[in-house]
Amino acid sequence: MLQLIVNGEAREVDVDPETPLLWVIRENLNLSGTKFGCGAAQCGACTVHINGIPMRSCVTPVIAVNGAEITTIEGIANDDGMHPVQQAWIAEQVPQCGYCQSGQIMSAVALLENSPNPTDDEIDKAMTGNICRCGMYSRIRSAIKRVADSGVQIFDPASQEVQNG
Amino acid sequence: MGKWTRRGFIGAGIVTGGALVIGVAIRPGHRAPGLAKYVAGEDESLVNAWVKIDRNNKVTAIVPHSEMGQGAQTALTQMLADELDARWEDVSFLEAPAEDEYANYPLGKGFVLGSTPIPKMLSGTVDGVFLAVTKSLHLQITGGSSSIRATGVYGMRVAGAAAKIMLREAAAEKWGVNPEEVVAQEGMLIHSASSNKATYADFASQAAEKTPPVAPTLKTPDQFTIMGKHKPRFDIPAKVDGTAMFGIDVVVDGMKYASVKAAPVFGATLKSADTAAAEKMPGVIKVVKLADAVAVVADGYWLADKALAMVDVKWNTTKQDGNSSAKIFDQFESDMASSRESGDVHGDMQIGDADKSLEAADRIIERKYKVPYLAHACMEPMNAVAHYKDGACDLWTGTQNPLGFKHEVAKALEIEPANVNVTNYFMGGGFGRRATPDAAIQAAQISKAVGLPVKLIWSREEDVQHDHYRPAVASNFRAALGENGLPVAWENQFVDKHEPAEATHIPYAIANQNIFYTDSPTHVPFGAWRSVDHSQHGFFVESFIDELAVEAGQDPYQYRRKLLGQEPRLLNVLDRVAKESNWETPIGKNRGRGIALQESFGSIVAEVVEVSVDKGSISVDRVVIAVDPGFAVAPDGLKAQMESGVIFGLTAALYGEVSIENGRVQQSNFDSYPMVRMADSPVIETHIINSYEPWGGAGEPGTPGIAPALANAIYAATGTRVRELPVSKYEFNVAFEERNTVPS
Repeated sequence: MLQLIVNGEAREVDVDPETPLLWVIRENLNLSGTKFGCGAAQCGACTVHINGIPMRSCVTPVIAVNGAEITTIEGIANDDGMHPVQQAWIAEQVPQCGYCQSGQIMSAVALLENSPNPTDDEIDKAMTGNICRCGMYSRIRSAIKRVADSGVQIFDPASQEVQNG
Repeated sequence: MGKWTRRGFIGAGIVTGGALVIGVAIRPGHRAPGLAKYVAGEDESLVNAWVKIDRNNKVTAIVPHSEMGQGAQTALTQMLADELDARWEDVSFLEAPAEDEYANYPLGKGFVLGSTPIPKMLSGTVDGVFLAVTKSLHLQITGGSSSIRATGVYGMRVAGAAAKIMLREAAAEKWGVNPEEVVAQEGMLIHSASSNKATYADFASQAAEKTPPVAPTLKTPDQFTIMGKHKPRFDIPAKVDGTAMFGIDVVVDGMKYASVKAAPVFGATLKSADTAAAEKMPGVIKVVKLADAVAVVADGYWLADKALAMVDVKWNTTKQDGNSSAKIFDQFESDMASSRESGDVHGDMQIGDADKSLEAADRIIERKYKVPYLAHACMEPMNAVAHYKDGACDLWTGTQNPLGFKHEVAKALEIEPANVNVTNYFMGGGFGRRATPDAAIQAAQISKAVGLPVKLIWSREEDVQHDHYRPAVASNFRAALGENGLPVAWENQFVDKHEPAEATHIPYAIANQNIFYTDSPTHVPFGAWRSVDHSQHGFFVESFIDELAVEAGQDPYQYRRKLLGQEPRLLNVLDRVAKESNWETPIGKNRGRGIALQESFGSIVAEVVEVSVDKGSISVDRVVIAVDPGFAVAPDGLKAQMESGVIFGLTAALYGEVSIENGRVQQSNFDSYPMVRMADSPVIETHIINSYEPWGGAGEPGTPGIAPALANAIYAATGTRVRELPVSKYEFNVAFEERNTVPS
């Protein structure tokens, strides 16, 4: 039995320990917002936060994150509503097909936590691992800058103290 | 069946609870030949549009197009709501059911009406609409950038306008006033002189008894209140919080997971498969042998995929086992040469006498271009959930062509189409790929083999290696230049013509033209790829005209201008892009600008690309677009489509290549089939021109111009002419590997 803390909630899963975290999230935990795109850490669609750091869940064996705090796209909104990054995504009308956007948003949230006013170079570095086949890069960039300009403090629920049980 | 008029049919009915339903049947053109077989008559397909007004004055637009990010569902709803003069806040939409039921009148009625039978007095009109559609429609395709220019213009607007007229007539009758004096506004019917006021819902049942107008008058642009305004897309909130349901997200009771591997050489069949090792793995349910593929069904997808690798598969040999891209391009050249010799060519466009003009010419410019096969690489790999049971099959997937899927799956399973039930979901990219039902058929066959509901997911490698590709094409040109440097003759021979027919035609006034083609089929499956033939021929034509300008010693923009005398609309778009891109201002050392102009899917797009070259590395800095779509129904949506079309085309132009070796595709994942990423993406500026000419499409017209504009810019910056795509084949560094970084 493996223990995960997913979006602040303790979860137990009984799977082959080599199973990539992506499939555990999607098939065992029924959180379908995290997407499969390549299975090889090439596209970023599966990006989640592991102890606050954006990682590609498709190449992360679940055993490697036993006991870790995992945040998925479903876990970034809070009681006040959508996360500021999600709000900016709506304001800039970023998504087209939308398939890559969970991963894009998770990468952007992590970027803004580390660098509240990222430069274009920082945005390039943080976001270039995430492919958007619909090519909405300029809108993603604008949305990130919109959050930065708003001065909203970004916090990661996974970095908060977690109440077990 | 015979030709329909563009007017189509309008019908109306009242349903339980007082909802008014208006239906319109219309016909846009069809597209790729593979899809055309679903159409009843040559060059004929049908879609329809409905509006429902319920007792609470809520308006529902029922749209027959699926959503792959193009925003069509929102834009179509805008079109309907505007003509109806509904209150935008009261408007929502519903995607038409993804099956024959939308074409099949009893089921269609059932969908709108619930299980309630329709009042007999009304069934005539309603049946008339549904029946007409039923007879003709096994097709419900989203493609051809057709949503707005066909469904929207001939369906949604007409449905909205017809409903409004009938509501006004109903109110006027009750109030004893002239219908002309009844104003419809924001969901209300108002007659000021008699101080009468009511909601649309108040008159829904009376309106349904009115005879639908044959051709209701539509608004003129100055009367638009919702069209042309920015309305946030309906589908976006669910796409930022992870709740949007794509085909791959579907879960049904008792479902198992499957991974599949098809014969690497197209057309090969399964010879043998040693399944013992895979079937011994805990959690593996079965190894399923298909005619040309092997699949593993297991308790989880990762397990299925892992077990699939353990199956020892042998494929039968085929005549294509030694084929390659090099041989295919050699075949194109030799087929073109021999057919030219024998006269076994197909004429495409002939004006004047190009042969004679070329013979008499002092100066002939001859160039050859080619482009490779391309995969679609939708972010969501192909997938489908199927459940076959007792001669019926439920299918859950994201498709551009739900009715086509229904019929193809039925055919593959040898069951009645009525027994295939398709439920459609968001598509994680379509681009033409999701009009082909191969994965859905496999899912159905696998489900039948195991007797369980199965979710089939293709690996990315399978997705890249078993696409229906944008065809590789070679295209050869000759032109004769007159004394003023302008072409007097234009000859173009290419291989394989698909759709749309006009993609190979040129807008330039050249007195003698001979455009013709040679059939040169290959074993590589092909299909519609965003902008279809425009994507290849846009590159060829706009590169060659640029070369002619260079040969004539003239500015490429001015050269095009001189040839567009009869095309004021195109000229206007070209002038606009030149102005916005500061074309006349020198751009500086090691930099270059390239221009391209294209009319496709009813919209005109000109693009200027700026590149910089630094130590052999090319960077695409800026793309300026001018677009005349006739009228931009959703201006921000149009901009988004231009941006998207540019990046999609830029990926293809810079790196895009599916190459064949030993009969099979060499590329497999995003490391070998790279995409433009954030760090590579240029600034894109879009300038919209509303010319109020007939409305065009948005999803595809941004794509064709980027490759030639880029190639022309590279020439301007470096003097190297790119005649073969992708650009990465040349000595320039367009490296991407270093950018595939994974945060640690």
